Amino acid sequence: MTDMEWISQSLSSARPRVVAALLRYFRDLDTAEEAFQDACLRALKAWPKNGPPRDPVAWLIFVGRNAAIDAVRRSARNQPLPDEQALSDLDDAEEEIAARLDDSDYRDDILRLLFVCCHPDLPATQQVALALRIVSGLSVKQIARAFLVGESAMEQRITRAKAKVAQAGVPFEAPGAVERSERLGAVAAMVYLVFNEGYSASGGDAAMRLPLCDEAIRLARLLLKLFQSEPEIMGLAALMLLQHARAAARFDGDGAVVLLEDQDRGLWNHKMIAEGLALIDKAIRHHRPGPYQIQAAIAALHARAKRPEDTDWAQIDLLYGALERLQPSPVITLNRAVAVSKARGPSEALAMIEPLEARLSGYFHFFGVKGGLLMQLGRRAEAREAFARAIALANTTAEATHIRMHLDRLERETDDSIAGASPG
Amino acid sequence: MQYAILCYSDEDVVGSWTKEEDEACMARLLTIQERLHKEGRLGPVLRLLPTTAATTLRKGKDEPLVLDGPFAETKEQLLGFYVVDCASLDEALDIARELTEANPGPGSYEIRPIGIFHPWTLPA
Repeated sequence: MTDMEWISQSLSSARPRVVAALLRYFRDLDTAEEAFQDACLRALKAWPKNGPPRDPVAWLIFVGRNAAIDAVRRSARNQPLPDEQALSDLDDAEEEIAARLDDSDYRDDILRLLFVCCHPDLPATQQVALALRIVSGLSVKQIARAFLVGESAMEQRITRAKAKVAQAGVPFEAPGAVERSERLGAVAAMVYLVFNEGYSASGGDAAMRLPLCDEAIRLARLLLKLFQSEPEIMGLAALMLLQHARAAARFDGDGAVVLLEDQDRGLWNHKMIAEGLALIDKAIRHHRPGPYQIQAAIAALHARAKRPEDTDWAQIDLLYGALERLQPSPVITLNRAVAVSKARGPSEALAMIEPLEARLSGYFHFFGVKGGLLMQLGRRAEAREAFARAIALANTTAEATHIRMHLDRLERETDDSIAGASPG
Repeated sequence: MQYAILCYSDEDVVGSWTKEEDEACMARLLTIQERLHKEGRLGPVLRLLPTTAATTLRKGKDEPLVLDGPFAETKEQLLGFYVVDCASLDEALDIARELTEANPGPGSYEIRPIGIFHPWTLPA
């Protein structure tokens, strides 16, 4: 690795903190981003000559801030003088900045930066795109590729999102305790959205979209550093690590889905699993359960099982029960039913999901699970009907292929049994 | 004399390596380890998970306090360590120098003489 590569990595890992601090000074996303770009250009010139500074983040904030102030002053020659008020609070001394740069100060800055990306008026995909552009510093091209859209379409989407954020105004005052925890909740949800954009990809798309999972995990680690004792942030990081650890085993060579119980557990990333398990252990000590922690605890039970048959389904059933109480949702009940079918058998599971049909009538997984349970119960005609509906609702070809496999097996077995039952 | 060579670097930067960059670095370090092992100079080698996975138990006046996170917030973090057996500090510094070359970017290696060494083993 060359010096330049190292510098560019330092710059990208410093980015969230620097842009967040610059946003506090300038209260405008574009100005903060431009100031960061300016500081990076200067770093690329200065660092190879002088060696990297002791504190790259503080260096970049200081240089970026001065560059932006210079720009304001330059343009001031041609324009009416800016409001004195707007400039006066930018004139702090360097020492003061350095003194203020400990993690407790970064905390609200970074939270603010992430929070402006989850503006409630922005649709989920725009929130994700904005966060990837502004916080992670991915290029528009990289983001466009991850979302499988053209570069100019993505450029427009991000520009529109930025305009909306600017219109709403950046909340620059330091948040109170309640507000901070609300912001943290919104930001955690947005980070999980970033993750799911990558995680829900399949087949040929997966290679292009999986980096989103890495990016989300990086954002979660950043949050975790700033909010060290927040069990839900530990839970979120653990959940994503434990899910992403299975990435290499989730699809076969043809891009078809490999179910958890059929996955080659040797392909799981054991370092990620170890980190996820450590985080969920830490979280549980706080005795403040939440949805991310419970989902992570479920993922942890899968990760801890050496073989599929070692899975503690009874415990998973209990955890889904807890999740249902916190966040009642038919999708969670559906997931619980899968655990119930393993722990207590398919008929109890079927009884559990039948009342959900009206609400999940457009949901692929509902009919996949229902078909599977009916098949286990030997109710083949009904199973076929459920699988057919699942295929009609499949979101990806990988999903459809997977169900078709069940359907084909069902057809074969039915043919065999008819042949076997023929009068002899 | 036995030394611990403690590896410090910015974990955010190291954490932003791609899988390929990380694996390439580990492969270079492993080559050094294999040679030192053959020479009978290498003890346990560890790479630690990120400090976000750390918990600290701090002794207080009463019950020890369990805290989330690493012992101290620092710009560089302890990322791993080597235990080596060397005739002199210079030899240990040579090894550290070699590790530096295999390992991209800034960071530091602290060479600490070992006081007590129980070579108890765990499966890798």
